Amino acid sequence: MKAPPFRYHAPASLSEAVSLLSNLENARVLAGGQSLMPMLNLRVAAPDHLVDLGRVSGLTGIVDEGQSIIIGAMTTQRAVERSALVARRCPLLAEAVAHVGHQQTRNRGTIGGSICHLDPGAELPVVAAALDAELRIAGPTGARRMKFRDFPEGYLTSQLAPDEILTHVAFPAIGARTGSAFLEFNRRPADFAIVSVAVQITLGASDIVTHAAIAFGGIQGAPVRFAKAEEALPGRPWSAAVGETLRRLVPELACDGDDLYPADYKRDLCGSLLVRAMTKAAARAGGRDV
Amino acid sequence: MFDPRRVTLVVNGNPVDRMVDSRVHLADFLRRDLKLTGTHLGCEHGVCGACTILVDGASVRACLMLAVQADGRRIDTIESVAGDDGILHPIQEALSRRHGLQCGYCTPGVVMTLLELDRDRDGRSLSEPEIRAALSGNLCRCTGYQGIVDAALDLFGPKNIETSTQPTHGSST
Ligand code: FES
Ligand code: FES
Repeated sequence: MKAPPFRYHAPASLSEAVSLLSNLENARVLAGGQSLMPMLNLRVAAPDHLVDLGRVSGLTGIVDEGQSIIIGAMTTQRAVERSALVARRCPLLAEAVAHVGHQQTRNRGTIGGSICHLDPGAELPVVAAALDAELRIAGPTGARRMKFRDFPEGYLTSQLAPDEILTHVAFPAIGARTGSAFLEFNRRPADFAIVSVAVQITLGASDIVTHAAIAFGGIQGAPVRFAKAEEALPGRPWSAAVGETLRRLVPELACDGDDLYPADYKRDLCGSLLVRAMTKAAARAGGRDV
Repeated sequence: MFDPRRVTLVVNGNPVDRMVDSRVHLADFLRRDLKLTGTHLGCEHGVCGACTILVDGASVRACLMLAVQADGRRIDTIESVAGDDGILHPIQEALSRRHGLQCGYCTPGVVMTLLELDRDRDGRSLSEPEIRAALSGNLCRCTGYQGIVDAALDLFGPKNIETSTQPTHGSST
C-alpha cells in the first residue's frame, strides 16, 4: 500500500525540530524510516506530520569519551557495524548490530531509531539494556539524560515525551578482563529475533566472575535484565556446572508467549542461548576467543 | 498533491528537478514520475528487496525512503548498469550465464546489491556464506538462489581472476 497523506518537515537544527514537535499535533519523528516507513505503507501509523531528522546537524558520529562510546542517534547501523572503534571498545554492540535487518536496511536504519522504536524482536535495545546505556535527550526545556533501564514504558513505547528527541546514546566502553556475547535465535538469519540474549562478564583473580550483566529480548514487551542470574554468578569461575545453575533459574523468567512461540519454548531458548553466550563471553574475558 | 515538495537530485547521472507529494516513496517516484520502471516493487514494506537501488552508493530499499528524502542525493538504478549500447554489465552477464533469473522480478534488486558488494569487497575474494549473507535481503521466488549465488561466485569467489567488475560505462561508477 501507499502511505497516507501527511505534512513533511525537514528541520536543519535540533531546536527547530523540537519546536516543530512542540507545536504540531499528531507528529512523528522520522529517523532512518526502516520501521516507520513500513508502518506508514501498511497504514498502521497515520501521523499528520512527519519531522525528518535526516537534515538535522550534530546527530551523527561515533566518539570515544573514555568511559563511554557516544553514538549520535542518527548514525546508521551500517556505520556502527563498520566502526573499528565500536568493535574494539564496545564489542557487544558490534556483534549485535550485524544481526539487525539486512545491509539494505542497515544502510538507512539508525541507532536511535531502533532504540526508540523498541520492537521486542530488535537487537539494539537488548544491548542498551545489558550495558544500561545512557540516553541523551533534547526537549523544549533543554537536555536530559536517562538510563536505558528507565526508558521503556512497554510494548513499542518509551518514556520520551512527544516533543522530545533522542540525540545520543552513550554505551559504556568494555573494561579489562571483560567479555561479551550476543546471540539470537530466529528461523532465518536477519529476521527479528524470537529470543535474543546479550551478556557481558568481568573476571577477577583466578577467573572468578566479579560482575555479570544479562539481558533478554523477545520474551516481554521490552528487554529484560535477568537479575537473579546476574546475582548468582559473582564469586566463582564460569563453568558448565554454573551454566546448569543458571538454567535452573530460567523457569522464573516472566515470558510472553503466543501460538507460534509459546512461553515454555521461549524459556528453553533463553536457557540454551544464555549458557552458550556466557561460555563465549567468559572465554573472551579470559583472552581466548571462541 | 496534498503536500507538494520540490526535489533536486541526480538519477543515473542526470539532474532531476521535480515537484512530488511528500508521501510518495522513492520507488514510486522513480517508476511513475521518472518512468524508470526497472526498479520493481514486490512487497512495499521492506521485506523483499525487489526495490533495491543505490543512494549515494549505498544499497537502500526504495520503498522505505520518501522521494523528498532523496533531495540532494545521488541515485543509481538498474537502468544505469548496462552500457548505452546494450552491452550487459559483468554482473548481469554472469546472472544470465548461470541462470540466476527466471521471471526476473527480483533481478534489478539483486544486481544493485551485488554492485555494492563488489565495491565493498575491494578486490577481496568472497566465500559462499559471505555471498549468501549479502544476498539475504533479496527474495527470489523462482531460482532457489543457487544460480544467483553461482553467478556471484563466478565473479567474486575464491578462484576469481577478474580483479574488478565495476562498470566501465554508464554513470554508476
Ligand atoms: S518492495 Fe521494497 S522491499 Fe519489497
Ligand atoms: S527470478 Fe523470479 S523472483 Fe527471482
